[in-house]
Parts: sequence; C-alpha cells; structure tokens
Amino acid sequence: MRRAVLIAIPYVWLLALFMVPFFIVLKISLSDTALAIPPYTPTLDFSAGWAGIKEFFSQLDLENFVWLTEDDLYWKAYLSSVKIALISTFLTLLVGYPIAYGMARAPEEWRPTLMMLVILPFWTSFLIRVYAWMGILSNEGYLNQLLLWTGIISTPLTILNTSTAVYIGIVYTYLPFMILPIYSSLERMDGSLIEAAEDLGCSRAQAFWLVTVPLSKPGIIAGCFLVMIPVIGEFVIPSLLGGSGTLMIGKVLWEEFFSNRDWPVASAVAIVLLLILVVPIVLFQRNQQKQAEADG
Amino acid sequence: MNSDVFAPWDDPQAKPLIQFRNVTKRFGEFTAIDNLSLDIFEREFFALLGPSGCGKTTMMRMLAGFETPTEGQILLGGKDIDPIPPNKRAVNMMFQSYALFPHLSVWENIAFGLRRDRMPKHDLEDRVEEMLRLTRLEKFARRKPHQISGGQRQRVALARSLAKAPKLLLLDEPLGALDKKLRQDTQFELMDIQEKTGTTFVIVTHDQEEAMTVASRVAVMDQGQLMQVATPDRIYENPASVYVADFIGDVNIIEGRATSVGEDTYQVDWAEGQAPLTAGSAKNFENGQLCHLAIRPEKVTISAERPADAVNAVQGKVHDIAYLGNLSTYHVELANGTIIKAQTANTRRISRRSFTWEDPVWLSWTATAAVLLAD
Repeated sequence: MRRAVLIAIPYVWLLALFMVPFFIVLKISLSDTALAIPPYTPTLDFSAGWAGIKEFFSQLDLENFVWLTEDDLYWKAYLSSVKIALISTFLTLLVGYPIAYGMARAPEEWRPTLMMLVILPFWTSFLIRVYAWMGILSNEGYLNQLLLWTGIISTPLTILNTSTAVYIGIVYTYLPFMILPIYSSLERMDGSLIEAAEDLGCSRAQAFWLVTVPLSKPGIIAGCFLVMIPVIGEFVIPSLLGGSGTLMIGKVLWEEFFSNRDWPVASAVAIVLLLILVVPIVLFQRNQQKQAEADG
Repeated sequence: MNSDVFAPWDDPQAKPLIQFRNVTKRFGEFTAIDNLSLDIFEREFFALLGPSGCGKTTMMRMLAGFETPTEGQILLGGKDIDPIPPNKRAVNMMFQSYALFPHLSVWENIAFGLRRDRMPKHDLEDRVEEMLRLTRLEKFARRKPHQISGGQRQRVALARSLAKAPKLLLLDEPLGALDKKLRQDTQFELMDIQEKTGTTFVIVTHDQEEAMTVASRVAVMDQGQLMQVATPDRIYENPASVYVADFIGDVNIIEGRATSVGEDTYQVDWAEGQAPLTAGSAKNFENGQLCHLAIRPEKVTISAERPADAVNAVQGKVHDIAYLGNLSTYHVELANGTIIKAQTANTRRISRRSFTWEDPVWLSWTATAAVLLAD
C-alpha cells in the first residue's frame, strides 16, 4: 500500500503536468480554426451527453498535419532548426571543452570559484542577457566600436540579425549546460590514469586523446544533448538576434500562435517538434543509464 | 663466498643498474629527499620501506620521470635519465591505485603500452597472451576493470606494466588494497614473476613484513634519508640504529651505559640495583657512553626459576599476555617498572600454559642475542 502511494506520486505529477497538457495540445492540433474564444472548434460539450461526445470526436481530423507537409515553410523550418542546433552544439562543445578541462585541472581551491563564474550568468534574466548581446553586436555596438578603434576594420561589421548572431547567442546561453557535465566527468577522473598512459609510452597529446577524451565521453554526450534538445525549439534567440534569413521552428510556432492566431496548426507544429525531440531524448536517457550502470 | 648466492652488492666489480648520486628533491621549503646516494643492481627485488612521508614515493616518481631531482643525478645503466621524459624511459610503473583504464578491457589495457610502440599485430597478440598466462588472467581478458575483483585488477596492473619488458619495474604499494590473506599469496606470486621475468623490481611499501618477504635488499628510509640498506636478515638481526630496530619487527630497547669487559664485549649498566647486562658489539663504545640494548622478544626466554647458566637474567612479574595463536607474547614488568616483551611458541595447548598474570618469572638471554646501538 505504502509502496503504491510512493510510486503513484511521480505518476500523478507526470499525468497532471505533462500528459494532460499534452493531450490538450494534441486535441487542438486535430481541431479546426475558428473565430471564437477559444479560437478553434470543436469544444467538448458534456451537456449533450453521449451524442455530444460522439459529435466531438467525429469533427477531429489530421488536416493540420497534412497542411504541414504541403507548405514547405514548415519542413524547411524543422530542417533548418536541426541544422542550427547541430552546428551550435558542435561550436558549444568546441568552446566548452577547453573551459571544462581547465577547470578540472585548476588547483582544488580555485574550482568552486570557477564553478561559480560559470553559473553566475544565470543570476541575470536570460532575456536581459540576450538584449545585452544586441547592444554588443549591433552596427554601433561595443564590438564594432572596439574593432574600429583598434583599426582592425574600417567599416562596421553587420553581425546582428544574421545567423552569426544567432550562433553567438546560442553558444553563449547554453555554454554552462555543456561545461558542467564535461567538468564533472573530467573532475572525477583519476589523475594517475594520465601518468599511467605516459608511463606506457604516450605523449601528452596521445594521453589526452586515448584516455582523457574517452573517459569524458559520457559528459560530452550529456552536454551535447542538454544543448541540442532545447536549441531545436529555441525561440527567443533567433527572434531577437536573428534576421529574416534565420528560419527556426520555434519562431514559426510563435508566429502561428500569436500572429496568425491559428492554434490548431501551431499545435500540430508543436506535436511534430515533440516527435522530433523524442529521438535525442531517448538516446540521452540511454546514455545516462549506461553511465549509471558503469558507475555502479 | 658461495657463488650461487645472489649478492651483487657485495661484489665490487658489479655495475649497478640504477645509481642515485647525491640526489636532493625539494618541494618549495620541504626537503623530500636529502642528499641521498644509492645503488640498485640488475635482477634485484629492492624494497623502499618507511613511514608515510619519508620520501619513498618521491624516489619512485623520480625513477619513473614524474619528478626531477632538484640536485644530483640518477643514472640508469650508466646514463643520466634526467632529460628523458617518462614516455621514453625503459621503466614502467605499477600504480598504487592500479590506474587501469576503465574504458578498455583487460586485454586492451595490457596491449596499451605495446600499441604505443607500434608492435606488429601478431607479436602484440602473442605478448598479451603471454602476459595473461603469466598472471593467470586468460579467463578475464574480455572483461572491463570494474567487472573483476581487486586481486585480479592488481594482476592486470602488473601484467600491463610488465608487457613492455621494462629494464626496471616500479611498484608503488602494489598490495596495499588487498586483504591480508590475499596479500600474502600475492607476495609469493610477485617473487615468482620477478624470478621468471628477470626484471629488476623496486617496490615501495610501508609494510615491513611485505618488504622482508619479497625483497633481496631493503632500504629503510626516514625523513628523506636512508637509515640502512641491507638484506632482510641483516636489517632484522643487525639493525644500524634504534630507529631501524624499532621500525622492523618488535623489539625491547634498554637504555644504559657501556663498559668494555673484553674484546667486542660490553657490560651495560642500566638500572640502580640491577646486575649489568652483557652484550657483544663490533662497534666501539667508550666507557660510560650512553647506549641502547636492542633485543628481539623471541630471543628472550621466560622461566619460573633463574636459569643456572644464564649470562643475562632479570626478574619480574607477568603484566600482560598477548595470545596470537601460534605465539604468545608476555609483557613482563621488572621491579623498576620497565616492561620487557618475551615471545614463546605455543607448543602446548593453552590450558597447559606455564605462566599467567602476576606470576613471578625470570627472563634470560645469551650474550650474543642483543645488539648494542649508539643511537
């Protein structure tokens, strides 16, 4: 009995906070748009009894999903989102790994401070930090001013409202999610493993590639998923830093909901996005599980 | 001298494999190794023994190349190894934590060093199989390190460090993580493997029993200096100082003043109203010089009556008995409060034990049983 209650708590939680909203969105995606409040039909009418419920289900169809395949805006947006997510994940790894490595090799008394510095940006609102980047990257921004002043360039670079700005924004925002798992896997690595590798004939570089990198693989995988999964659906960064050329599904979704007020199509977009994300999420879970087994 | 006995350290012609020449190592203000010179010979099983922080691990890390001497030189086969980085030295090390690569199988761990040498595939496979046979690990070749027991991991670490056939193998507390029974078995295994491969072994340990069991010679270290370097029996029977006598095994130390009574024989006055003790010593003591008489408990005989022919005999009463199964150690308190330990083999069942607590007893030992030490 007690066990049943204990197990029930997380399930009820999941049901209330994930499954119920999910089914509402799924239902809207199968509905038709309407000039009403809420802006779709049908709505479930219990007063009509069994006939009402039957009537309700008969009106649901897959029309919106068919629509997504007909207009090439959507699949282009999905594809472009995945591409941007993959490239920016790779860039974040490139920037994050050396930082995590440096932190893990730093003297023990320095590590909490360094960790603090990585987490510190979270203390400011994410939105404000993205706005700050607008100030840095714009044509009259600090970066251009600095480059003009040092004489590296003679005319301002156009960075804001391009894909470059989106990549900069994503790498900046998601860097801690990459650093922390890699750092934790590097930090608990036994330093004598590197000495053993050198003792057995490895140069420093070989020891890094043959021992350090394979042993931090779980951290790299976790970091990559933690960055890639939210970036695919990212909306704020492309809409604030990106231009019309940056097509991302999060932005399309937002416009369907709030500009077009087409809730059924927007819901269909969201459902497909979820289906796309299920693949990396399952892979991520398996990675975590495998690591837990290896540790245990 | 019997030529079959392995004792290159007694042969002035023998060329040492490793030479420490006035080596000093400082970490900031702290001197870990203090102007130390030492020769280690080929095929030796050499033990560095001492308490933690005595510098023994630093010695080993300097041989492996992870530390460089602040002053002095280390020669391997006559060549200064200071400029050679660890990955280019014909020296391999077995780490205290074993440092097995967790992402590689036992087989791949052993092959790791050979692959770095770009050994041809066929030779490499043969060599790994040979190492697996030597350490009796054939059945576990495909397992990962976390899937085998501590004793097996220890053998993998040994196989991996031996695979490259190093001139010198360093073992850093190799048996520290094993329980006592397994440790004793493994000690003999180590000796077998050392004999079979003919590799020079240098072992670091704080366990004096382990050092005595496996080593051809033992170096007792304290505070970055060598206290004594000798074969296990010499270290035990003829310790050079009170520190060594006390560190190796159990010992009774009696402080007194020496008086010469003949060639290499001294009388030690050690307490008011007690008869002086007699001991031999090759070392010279001046009359009245402060000295320490060191005597091992197993060399002290315990009896109810004063043995008629005893050179040294003192009377006391049994203060404590430590029963170890095969042996019993009697702590005997003398009239002046000194406690002397005497050890006897339990050849009779415990119910027939001759002495019990508070029994008056006599302790006696021969003139050659004790060693006279200056400090």
